[in-house]
Amino acid sequence: MTATAFWTLLKRDLLLALRRRADVLTTFFFFVIVVSLFPLGVGPESDLLRSIAPGVIWVAALLASMLGLNRLFASDFADGTLEQMLLTPAPLGVLVLAKVLAHWLVAELPLVMVAPLLGLQLDISTEVVKVMWVTLLLGTPTLSLLGAIGAALTLGVRGGGPLLSLLVLPLCVPVLIFGAGAASAVAAGQDVQAHLSLLTGFLLCALVLAPVGAAAALRIALD
Amino acid sequence: MLEVEGLACIRGERLLFRDLSFRVDRGQVAWITGPNGSGKTSLLRLLCGLSQPEAGAIRWQGQDTRAEREYFARDLLYLGHLNALKDDLTPEENLSLDPLGSVSRDAAVEMLSGRGLKRTVGLMSRVLSQGQKRRVALARLAFAQMRPLWILDEPFAALDAVAVDDLAATVAGHARGGGVVLLTSHQDVAIGDVPVKRVSLTAVSPIR
Repeated sequence: MTATAFWTLLKRDLLLALRRRADVLTTFFFFVIVVSLFPLGVGPESDLLRSIAPGVIWVAALLASMLGLNRLFASDFADGTLEQMLLTPAPLGVLVLAKVLAHWLVAELPLVMVAPLLGLQLDISTEVVKVMWVTLLLGTPTLSLLGAIGAALTLGVRGGGPLLSLLVLPLCVPVLIFGAGAASAVAAGQDVQAHLSLLTGFLLCALVLAPVGAAAALRIALD
Repeated sequence: MLEVEGLACIRGERLLFRDLSFRVDRGQVAWITGPNGSGKTSLLRLLCGLSQPEAGAIRWQGQDTRAEREYFARDLLYLGHLNALKDDLTPEENLSLDPLGSVSRDAAVEMLSGRGLKRTVGLMSRVLSQGQKRRVALARLAFAQMRPLWILDEPFAALDAVAVDDLAATVAGHARGGGVVLLTSHQDVAIGDVPVKRVSLTAVSPIR
């Protein structure tokens, strides 16, 4: 029953994303454009670009992930489907997880996939690209999960979008530090095992705690 | 089946009602009445568990609904003011991708065709009229026969005469089958031959 509710909701959200492709493409091109603007802004010295590239890509991914977040629950809230979700026998946390997974698949996974290409564009070595790709793969789901708490808390609040970013971005700092830090570490020839372990730890914590927090916030928002 | 005892509700800063007690038994339809703003929708949301009462208890088959949320949710079907339809999905997708309970797509199409909504199949829900959307939302009732408690907020709004009669018959049929229906409506609709219990919120409102 719970598993059925999870898969049904995931399928529904993926189908909706397919029908509203503009939302997904906006996030994707925002990410690509922000990263491409840096060489124009800081100048074309390849040493400088090479050293800042992982950080630039990480920050751009972080900002791009904020773009679609306020829509995570807002449309369900507006048309009444959120009410129905709250009344299903399945635990609300599981349904939140389904929505977050759908959001990650359509909004964040394309960023992770194009990131290596942008890395090569900024002339970073394949070894660093590989580590950066792994850290993005481990880190972006955590961003989505943290974002879900913020999206639930700001639901129905006027001007919720900017407020959401103010709430969530500080929470993302540890993920950013260890995500971007791993790439710098490998560039300096250090071991990145610790960074990857910490990112995995963050992901597991968020996976367990964020749905519970978001579910509680949603119940309050609909009261 | 459903017992309400000493219920009080505050929305914003205002007390809507207090000391509201009633019970609805198997096979009964309860019609919540009261003027606009008397708290009909708030009462229904309290009963479903979407919001929390200031005081009082709600029991379903003798169990507190908040303590036994999951158990209660299996028995409940709620249709609010909002139709809970996705604009970018077709009616049959809306019904078959409802996380509440999965129905196959073919069953949904068949159901819609049987209710005079055949022309809406394959169209995006956003292009449907208010009445058609309401009827698609109400089509969920056909898949909810096994849920004994129906809570319907203004189910007759925006419906044409034929659809109103259909819905009244569905509600009466559910009550005859041993279900419990709570509804609000400003229209006076005859609900077949089942006992209709009127619950007035005017009597328990602090302002008379």
